[in-house]
Amino acid sequence: MTFVPHSEADAAYVIRNAAARGTRLAICGGNTRSGFGNPVAGDETLSSRGLSGIVDYEPAEMVMTARAGTPVAEIEAALAAKAQVMAFEPMDHRPAMGTSGEPTIGGVFAANVSGPRRFVAGAARDSLLGIRFVNGSGEIIRAGGRVMKNVTGLDLVKLLAGSHGTLGLITEVTFRVLPVPQTAVTILVSGLDDAAASRVMAVAMAMPVEVSGAAHLPQSVKGRFLGGALPEGEATVLRLEGLEASVAVRADKLAAAMAPFGPVSRLAAEESRRLWQEIRDVMPYAGVAHKPLWRVSVAPSAGHQLVAALRLEAGIDAFYDWQGGLVWMQMEADPEAALLRRYIKALGGGHATLVRAPERVRAMTPAFEPQPDAVAALSARIKEKLDPAGIFGPGKMAGA
Amino acid sequence: MSDAIKFLEPRQAVVSRRPAIVEDLAELLPPECLVHEPRELVPFETDAFVAYRRLPLAVALPKTTEQVAAVMKYCHRYGVPVVPRGAGTSLSGGAIPQEDAVVLGLSKMSQIIEVDPANRTATVQAGVTNLSISDAVSPEGFFYAPDPSSQLACTIGGNIGMNSGGAHCLKYGVTTNNLLGVKMVLVDGTVIELGGKHLDAAGYDLLGLVCGSEGQLGIVTEATVRLIAKPEGARPVLFGFDTSEQAGACVADIIGSGIIPVAIEFMDKPAIEICEAFAQAGYPLDVGALLIVEVEGSEAEMEAMLKSIVEIASRHGVRTVRESQSAMEAALIWKGRKSAFGATGRISDYICMDGTVPLGKLPYVLEKTSEIVERFGLRVANVFHAGDGNMHPLILFNANDPEDAARAEEAGNEILKLCVDAGGCLTGEHGVGIEKRDLMRHQYSDADLNQQMAVRSAFDAGWLLNPSKVFPLEGRPAA
Repeated sequence: MTFVPHSEADAAYVIRNAAARGTRLAICGGNTRSGFGNPVAGDETLSSRGLSGIVDYEPAEMVMTARAGTPVAEIEAALAAKAQVMAFEPMDHRPAMGTSGEPTIGGVFAANVSGPRRFVAGAARDSLLGIRFVNGSGEIIRAGGRVMKNVTGLDLVKLLAGSHGTLGLITEVTFRVLPVPQTAVTILVSGLDDAAASRVMAVAMAMPVEVSGAAHLPQSVKGRFLGGALPEGEATVLRLEGLEASVAVRADKLAAAMAPFGPVSRLAAEESRRLWQEIRDVMPYAGVAHKPLWRVSVAPSAGHQLVAALRLEAGIDAFYDWQGGLVWMQMEADPEAALLRRYIKALGGGHATLVRAPERVRAMTPAFEPQPDAVAALSARIKEKLDPAGIFGPGKMAGA
Repeated sequence: MSDAIKFLEPRQAVVSRRPAIVEDLAELLPPECLVHEPRELVPFETDAFVAYRRLPLAVALPKTTEQVAAVMKYCHRYGVPVVPRGAGTSLSGGAIPQEDAVVLGLSKMSQIIEVDPANRTATVQAGVTNLSISDAVSPEGFFYAPDPSSQLACTIGGNIGMNSGGAHCLKYGVTTNNLLGVKMVLVDGTVIELGGKHLDAAGYDLLGLVCGSEGQLGIVTEATVRLIAKPEGARPVLFGFDTSEQAGACVADIIGSGIIPVAIEFMDKPAIEICEAFAQAGYPLDVGALLIVEVEGSEAEMEAMLKSIVEIASRHGVRTVRESQSAMEAALIWKGRKSAFGATGRISDYICMDGTVPLGKLPYVLEKTSEIVERFGLRVANVFHAGDGNMHPLILFNANDPEDAARAEEAGNEILKLCVDAGGCLTGEHGVGIEKRDLMRHQYSDADLNQQMAVRSAFDAGWLLNPSKVFPLEGRPAA
């Protein structure tokens, strides 16, 4: 059965009852990320979609407040009308996960979903200023606020962001938005192997040109972007955004600096926008539901080393975002979780999240990076403080 | 010395064992790392919130994470409170000790462990000063963005404790947005690592929770921070207005227009006069309020942004626009701003508020602030980060007059409540400490605070870490 409360008070009532009876609740928004995390044995489902609508939007202050169940599309349309965007570029998981439905803003923050701009502009959690949520005792809690600088008490906002519905039902979010960049251009360097691309992206990031996207698309995936329209060879792509005059100057400077490394070409605003959206949504790996998909976050210079090491032992395909630090990795068959995580540790640490896999594989593979004992114990104690009865998605995040 | 703000009663069982505790700590630390002579404890009795002071039981100044862990393990075993301390620059009393506490100072842990240009990170010990990170990475073309005014002295450990900001966080964010990882010692001496050179957390965002936790969740001993490529150029420009209200409205319009300068700082007339007298920065003295707007980037970019900003300022009746013509002039402009607190201290005692308000409420809150201070018969100087609504009214008073001091504290409390009622918060970057602890119930409901305190207990069930701070003394969970 699915509960769809239409007010925060109703949601609190449902949760209080569930806590009293020990009924386990799987919290969801639009269900577009329903396969994310470890499979949950929920008795009932609690949906935020009855809690919908933009509560307050102050474009001049760059702040929006919306109820958790508000569709992302509605938020984006309202922002677009005032030439603003969510700076963290939330990914749409539907293509990669093969799901349908409407992603909600609550789901975006509950899963801390970010995109290509994350490595310079921050993650969803960095834009989140305040929340309201119902904890596992059915109490309505307010954390944070609507101002950018706030160190008043413990930052429960960060704790709830990315907690995947295991600490509470987020009912309302207040977040910072930014002006839509006036224009964008992508500088493309062709023909670099993974290791060379990593070095070249580091060079670009050290320049004072404010690169806002740095991805490397190896030969195996390149043809699947922009309908195959990218030039010959591997593509290392660097995005510049901002005022027209400024972008033009910076693009010339970056292109000149990149010329020694390989043939340089440019994508204009519209192509650039499409390319980065396809990178954001991991389009090359869309529609292959039977192949496990990993999202790996490591130090930028470690990404290509990880892929090179794994390639010797497993059938994988990969491309890179975040200057090489975000590796999207599609496995031919087995997810090879143990092997992957051993290499991540050996290369300085990071984490791998299983985003997609057949039911049978998901049941056997910890979706989130296992944590050291002391950290796992701490996380479990925190979970106990917010959800004493253990009713929210038990087991969804390992160790919590 | 004031006494309006109470500390927890010292645990007599701990105080009475002082000689034994000092002896035990001497076993754990090299001689130069332990301070216990009463005379030598005096420098640790307060921080930059000087109205309150307490002598600690002892001061440990460890050099390694292992020594920190040993001290924590010992204090945990014997129920000894611990007050962490960076450089002691807290404006909210975050580092003020208490009679039954060991101060754990990180000042001897001041090594820069690694600068990694390819990954744009620096890994440093917690006692490294904020500015020395930027100095260390400058040859590689990078800087560390958060820049509190005390950056010459304050440590990264303290910055993490208070989630410090600074003038330039309008564009680059505060500490939490620039922190990638920490090594930290939990209350029982366990050492954990959170984050690293990679982005985002596996599991709950404990790093985000630790940042700004005011030393209540553990002792950070190392930090990995994000570096940013230094901009090609930067130019601060002075905009003079007749009134504070005009300047405040101009700030809201600049942000609303979609331009995000790297910094927008605000000074009212008293602040301009104080800072100019100290720094000779070239601030105009014939205006009622001043904005320092800094733009950065290439020449073309700075020109384009400035043009739009000047247009907006004109609509708000700007009287003076003065661009810095050289690097030296630019440095002077910032010197004047960043020495505002120190310069004020030369002419008067003051307490500094730190409330943040929504931008649209700036003119209203400025006006109300003057009213409140006047009502108490005091003077105020306003100098703050306007671009993000983080206000710093400096309330001037005479510390030798207890009544004057009490009036200043009362006026300050009213101003902070005003900020909360306007949709803002008690503190933007200085932390709650002891200073704003008893106002927390004005911002939060009982349920809100209880939830925060429960999470605090998950880290420190016995409330040994910095126990007199942040949460009102009444209504705490039973230890």
